[in-house]
Amino acid sequence: MSDEIVLQTKNLGKQYGRRWAVQNLDLTVRRGEVFGFLGPNGAGKSTTIRMILTLVNPTTGHVELFGKPLPGNRRKSLMRVGGLVERPDFYPYLSARCNLEAQAALRGGIPPGDIDEVLALVGLDARAGEQVKTYSHGMKQRLGIAQALLGRPELVILDEPTSGLDPQGIKEVRDLISRLSQERGMTVFLSSHMLHEIEQTATGVAIISNGKLAVQGSVNELLYDRELTVRIEAHPVDRAMALLGKLPYHHTLNRADRQIELRCFPVHAGEVNRILVQGGVEVRAFVPRTSLEEFFLSVTESRIPAVSASPRGGAGKRP
Amino acid sequence: MRTILRFEILKTCRRWRSYIAFAAIAVVVPLIMVAVRLEGDALAEVFPPGTMTGALVPEDIVNGYSLTFLIMNSLWLHIPFLITLVAGDQLAGEAAGGTLRPLLSHPASRSTILFAKYLTTLMYSGAVVGFLVGLSLCLGVALFGTGPMIVPGKLLITIPGSDALWRLCLAGGLSAWGMSTVASFAFLLSSLADNALGPILGTIACMIALYVVSAIPLDLFQAIKPFLFTTYLSIWQMAGEQPIAWLEIGRSALILCGFSVGFYLITWYIFTTKDILS
Repeated sequence: MSDEIVLQTKNLGKQYGRRWAVQNLDLTVRRGEVFGFLGPNGAGKSTTIRMILTLVNPTTGHVELFGKPLPGNRRKSLMRVGGLVERPDFYPYLSARCNLEAQAALRGGIPPGDIDEVLALVGLDARAGEQVKTYSHGMKQRLGIAQALLGRPELVILDEPTSGLDPQGIKEVRDLISRLSQERGMTVFLSSHMLHEIEQTATGVAIISNGKLAVQGSVNELLYDRELTVRIEAHPVDRAMALLGKLPYHHTLNRADRQIELRCFPVHAGEVNRILVQGGVEVRAFVPRTSLEEFFLSVTESRIPAVSASPRGGAGKRP
Repeated sequence: MRTILRFEILKTCRRWRSYIAFAAIAVVVPLIMVAVRLEGDALAEVFPPGTMTGALVPEDIVNGYSLTFLIMNSLWLHIPFLITLVAGDQLAGEAAGGTLRPLLSHPASRSTILFAKYLTTLMYSGAVVGFLVGLSLCLGVALFGTGPMIVPGKLLITIPGSDALWRLCLAGGLSAWGMSTVASFAFLLSSLADNALGPILGTIACMIALYVVSAIPLDLFQAIKPFLFTTYLSIWQMAGEQPIAWLEIGRSALILCGFSVGFYLITWYIFTTKDILS
């Protein structure tokens, strides 16, 4: 990953009627990154992607691609970007190859052989001559990714590329994204509403909630080098509290559900569990969660986040 | 631009919707021909008895040229409807199919894409009119032969057989010109909708409303008549006048062109500034 900024949004906002779909959004994506853009459904992910690809005009702020602001440098900038926005829709009455050719025409033509290459990359070369209406959802999804790779873009924007895929399909897409990044040096901007998906593929992450940026940082820093919150259900709970009192970790007892909440680094979680069990406490549940997970869950459950990891924007409040 | 246009034409050619117009014409025109063949004499009664000159007998009226001119009356509403099926779908159909997103997120500008789609629409409406006139003429001449072209109207006009062919070509050209304005209007409505049904019904509803307004002999309605594009759709009938009022044809053609350009500019403004939410 270099320091060159490939994509940046500055104070980006979009208002529909009186509702702000996206507000004060500042994102920074660097070259070579797999950038996870995370948020629950309706958080403003697609609106942001539409603004990046000039489908929607921002109400405030602007998008910069490769250091140049949109929409002024639209043509030159978009030549270096490929995208898949929401559902992969194609002309059902045309073949997959013909659909890609039609899109290649919109890029001013691409080198011959490139269409075969992207079709092979997503594993559709054998059925490329068939009409898209005969395709399954998974195949359309892969064709959508192929479409985003036309013209060898430096930045690929994929909006929920695994939605509606079976586990095998999800794994294939995930592997493909890793290959694009590692073998071809492409920068990938990936949106998702599932944390574990981003966790497995992305190097950088931003969480958006109610149109506002909640967290942005590297996955390593946000997920692994941080304290965990462990929820412990133990019996008897008083003895457990006494045992934990001898340890240097912050812990509290939730009076409502009689669960203990303890904060420690991942390396110490095992030790805590061992001490409880050896102390004669029956541990019925021991659920470690990273602060990002805690935070993401609180966001997706649309509660006000209790924990926030290096917050950049405001906490997710309804505008 | 040329490849984009090529794919727009390809897209139009590959859809069954585009062939409804040709199929409809291919059914209706032969049907009329057969009916005339069976009951040819009855057609002569279409013309008021007083207008028939002694030299004319039904055999003179029922010929390929006269029939073609008669069939062209479907240009009032039937042909506009068929053209609108495709013109109204050009932008709204892409929105409904979700393909507007990939179409507009590539480097090609919205203006270029819009222009390619507009050209395709114009070509399509020209092809439909050409097919109507061509089929009527070919079938008519094959079944009934040639003869003087009879143009019904306030005065019965007879155009000698030797002139009829180029008159019909002129009528075809002028009607294609008029239909391109109809197509432009449907294209404009298409840019406003995310579903093709609205623009199609909207165009036809507007045309009917404007025809009705034009037909009501109230001063107010007659005063606005020159400002309605439907008023000038009769331009093709001028090809059947004797002598031809070239100046009048030129004026109407220019006004129709003005309407088309106006509709296109509005479409361009809407399409290049709108948020793609489909």
